[in-house]
Amino acid sequence: MAVTGMPRGHALAAPVDLNGTGHYVHWGVIQLSVANLVVIGVMVVVFVLALLLPFPGGRR
Amino acid sequence: MTRRRRERAAVPDPAAFPTRSYDLVKEFTIALVVVALLTAALAAVFSSPDDRPVTLASWSRADGADFTATAAAELGGTSGTAEYGPPYNHTPGAAQKLGPLGLQSAAGVRIPIDTAEDFVLRPLADAPQPPVVRVALAAWAAAPAARQQAWTKAYSDALAKAPGGDPAKVTGGGFGPVPVLVARLLDMARSGALDGQLQAEGKFYETDYTRPLLFLSDGSYLETLARAQHLGGDQWGMMNETGDYPGQAWLWLYTFWYQIEPFKSSGNADALIWGLMALLSLGLMLLPFIPGLRSIPRWTRVHRLIWRSYHRTADQPEGRDNSPG
Amino acid sequence: MTAPHEPASRGWTGAVRRRAVAALPPDKLLPDTQPAYMASWIYVFGVLTLSSLVVVLATGGVLALKGPAWWHVSDAGKYVNSLHLWSVELFMFFMVIHLWGKFFMAAWRGRRALTWITGVVCFLTSIGTAFTGYLVQQNFDSQWIAGQAKDGLNSVGIGAFFNVLDFGQMLMWHIVLLPFVLGLLTAWHILLVRLRGIVPPIGAADPAHGSPAASAPLPAEGEAP
Repeated sequence: MAVTGMPRGHALAAPVDLNGTGHYVHWGVIQLSVANLVVIGVMVVVFVLALLLPFPGGRR
Repeated sequence: MTRRRRERAAVPDPAAFPTRSYDLVKEFTIALVVVALLTAALAAVFSSPDDRPVTLASWSRADGADFTATAAAELGGTSGTAEYGPPYNHTPGAAQKLGPLGLQSAAGVRIPIDTAEDFVLRPLADAPQPPVVRVALAAWAAAPAARQQAWTKAYSDALAKAPGGDPAKVTGGGFGPVPVLVARLLDMARSGALDGQLQAEGKFYETDYTRPLLFLSDGSYLETLARAQHLGGDQWGMMNETGDYPGQAWLWLYTFWYQIEPFKSSGNADALIWGLMALLSLGLMLLPFIPGLRSIPRWTRVHRLIWRSYHRTADQPEGRDNSPG
Repeated sequence: MTAPHEPASRGWTGAVRRRAVAALPPDKLLPDTQPAYMASWIYVFGVLTLSSLVVVLATGGVLALKGPAWWHVSDAGKYVNSLHLWSVELFMFFMVIHLWGKFFMAAWRGRRALTWITGVVCFLTSIGTAFTGYLVQQNFDSQWIAGQAKDGLNSVGIGAFFNVLDFGQMLMWHIVLLPFVLGLLTAWHILLVRLRGIVPPIGAADPAHGSPAASAPLPAEGEAP
């Protein structure tokens, strides 16, 4: 197989390693990974901020 | 006319409203730069998951007992794939139904798979074999189907009883050529030869992994690894990812149904949930035409927040518009 | 109406051009003004979704240039794969907020139902495209997802034609068919937005049609945000 480029090493290792054991929260029937929970939480926060923050030039 | 009636009247043309300057191209350029930078930063900080795939070789080396039990089931036609039904084979009653609709059966057997032939006998027959294996293959071929099944059943039962499922600790008899065939397949798998054998089948280029993936899925090794990573179907696995990475969170509703009754214990869970999701997707698509649901935005009044600068100038006690030019 | 100096444009080509220009004249296709009521951060999530799609396509394009095996064996490839993954996460993130926003605006009002429908189909197509992407990673994740997903697809007969265990077929869907369809749908969706204009606020009366109040003096700041 002709694969070119820099071989895989540790030159570009990620500063935050997410490859360890996953973290999960259990709440009754709900089982959610902390990573997904963070993504969904940030989504809701960004949505609410988009509704509340004043838009530049919006006030005339 | 009441205010409510007037609100439901025809939506006015946006061109009739006062305007403000708005640079769409500048907005797009800024958005593109922001997203590109955000992507570059997230990729640099968090990288991406890439757990090594399981091969028939790594499976057979790590858990020879599971491989042996699976190979015996493939030979005897009692594995998950062997009894799957369409699209792989004809197994009476195996296909799922969506109420009266048998879509799985209607699609037919379009990817035919004979597990004994495709996963065990052909890979063995296609490779050079020692005399004992050639004799075993001939004995298997000469036996009637009922005898073959008696052999594999006896051997599978004996494996289940043996400590750790270890083939070396199997006691009893009546297995015919099965132990020899399965042991030889294990050797081939451990050497890495079986990965190539299941793939190639006389071809050189290959892009279809249906057979080796089905073989792998019939064992319990792959599932054990997946469950340890919270990827099981009853663990909301569809929206999860290996390690601590976010997964396909947008599949939350689809995977949710698998966690609750009546789907959880239904033999038709897949078909029922696919039918339900198709219906819900259609509902989302046709939301503008569904009375009640389409009025939720009016009731929730989140829109007052979004258009607060408009309402600041347009609202009067009568609720009529007279925003400034 | 054809301007007097414009040469008579006949035939199919002329007819298509006349209709296209009449429906979307340049200043409607790329306007430099918007209705004053378009003043909220919620409006930027459409363009953020589109920008993310551009980054997804660009990073996917680099992965395609180098071939499917590259990112498993190269540090640079791994980084490009990470760019592709995170741009997809951002794409879905922004698209869902865009969907929430448009829902609470009831943005399908005023002959805009097709805009909503094309948007929902874009969302569903994106889920399918992301799913085929997960299938062609050639790692443990792909193996497990393929093994699980086949049951759902087989149960309704789709699996007989759309085989998630066939890497070659899934790669083609992921890098050719689905992006092509998503691109077309996105273009259609955006042209519909430009064609119909930004949906007016719920309950807004037409300022052009004089109601008695239209000529009334400006009210004081009526409502605090």
